[in-house]
Amino acid sequence: MDEVALRSLIPGVLGVLVRRGADFAAAEDAVQDALIEALRVWPADPPRDPLGWLVTVAWRRFLDAVRADAARRRREDLIDEEPPPGPVPAVDDTLRLYFLCAHPSLSPSSAVALTLRAVGGLTTRQIAQAYLVPEATMAQRISRAKRTVSGVRFDQPGDVATVLRVLYLVFNEGYSGDVDLAAEAIRLTRQLAAAIDHPEVAGLLALMLLHHARRAGRTAPDGSLVPLAEQDRSRWDTALIAEGVGILQTALSRDRLGEFQAQAAIAALHADAPTAAETDWVQIVEWYDELVRLTGNPIARLNRAVAVGEADGPRAGLAALAALDDTLPRYTAVAAYLHERDGDPERAAGLYADAARRAASLAERDHLNRQAARLNSHRPG
Amino acid sequence: MKYLLLKHYRGGPTPVTGMPMIDKWTPEEISAHVNYMQEFAARLQESGEYVDGQALAPEGTFVRYDGEGRPPVTDGPFAETKDLIAGWMVIDVDSYERALELAAELSAAPGQGGKPIHEWLELRPFLTAPPTITE
Repeated sequence: MDEVALRSLIPGVLGVLVRRGADFAAAEDAVQDALIEALRVWPADPPRDPLGWLVTVAWRRFLDAVRADAARRRREDLIDEEPPPGPVPAVDDTLRLYFLCAHPSLSPSSAVALTLRAVGGLTTRQIAQAYLVPEATMAQRISRAKRTVSGVRFDQPGDVATVLRVLYLVFNEGYSGDVDLAAEAIRLTRQLAAAIDHPEVAGLLALMLLHHARRAGRTAPDGSLVPLAEQDRSRWDTALIAEGVGILQTALSRDRLGEFQAQAAIAALHADAPTAAETDWVQIVEWYDELVRLTGNPIARLNRAVAVGEADGPRAGLAALAALDDTLPRYTAVAAYLHERDGDPERAAGLYADAARRAASLAERDHLNRQAARLNSHRPG
Repeated sequence: MKYLLLKHYRGGPTPVTGMPMIDKWTPEEISAHVNYMQEFAARLQESGEYVDGQALAPEGTFVRYDGEGRPPVTDGPFAETKDLIAGWMVIDVDSYERALELAAELSAAPGQGGKPIHEWLELRPFLTAPPTITE
């Protein structure tokens, strides 16, 4: 059994412990202990029944912790040592776990950390490495998050939108440390989609698949960013695209549009174009109109201006841009691009250099500096 | 999002307080200042927002390449440069506002008479990996 298959068992194990009466925080610690034990022991000695093994070990760890705790407090131990026959892990347990770990009382970074550990079955060390913080810091973040939700009933229904925001954050973090967070976000969203029938869950899954499909084309061998229009489309993963498009079409047919379905529709139109020149920008603008209507998000408005520039020409794009706040991230980069297309390389070069200074990521800064350098070196005189 | 909190010996905007050198403080005032810094770091560790922190010696040497096969050129050590970094702390927080709040808290470390020193701290965001979804 590989590590991913092992981790897919974790929510079920946790659900069993909680339904046997363990409180969430203690159960989660016990499951993490069992997981670390499994990672150590299984390669040499794989169990016949992995789920049963995990439940047994985790329950034993939980009882040990309760006993230690009870001994410390010199109190009678009232926990029944023989667990009632545990019902099989239910789909509902998994769903409740997602809700709890993305509870609105948690800060975004806490919800992300707790979700990756309790639902994803990642170890604290792996999560710390993924987010480039010390393991002790991540351990604290997780235990605080557990304290924050300690008063929340496990069986309380939650808001699926908060779960989706957490999964979106994990996906967007991409790939910086040892753990492929994009792949993990997809796995968790698939698992969620299996537990709840909801068009926006499907929309987010489709969005992730469609972007993940382009991953190989997005960076050059030297690690630099390749803009969408210049990507080698033969490197896109056509199977993932087909799956994403299929999931999206089913979701859209239910006529309950939401922001993730709209974003996925835009990604699908890009994925659908055999070449950048054949992109259906008119339809993309229409989807951005929907997205702006649904969210009012200023970033969606900015991206809409880019799409308008492609559909109706750079002047129209610049007009759409003029209505927006020029302190938005990437505003200057968009202005540079539109001015270049409008035949003003000098102004574009200055704006690219300005945008590079404001870039939030290193790869983006390098890319914008290269754009400025390209225009400056081609200018006559 | 990660931020670098830079503590300067010198440089930056004009200090709010007279900032008399630390050797003019009483030993108790120095201890109180040091304890405050340690407790601040401990609180950040506890809140899951601490990444790293180091103090730097005031003296630094400038170094540069001087061509193939030649030893590096050095200049200094200097203790009298205009801007001098005293140390740093790296924090990982949910928002810019939270970073400002923490920097202000650190700037309130006690000095002479136990009063906050109102020290200027420089807050610099880290460049990140590019987001996966951009359009």
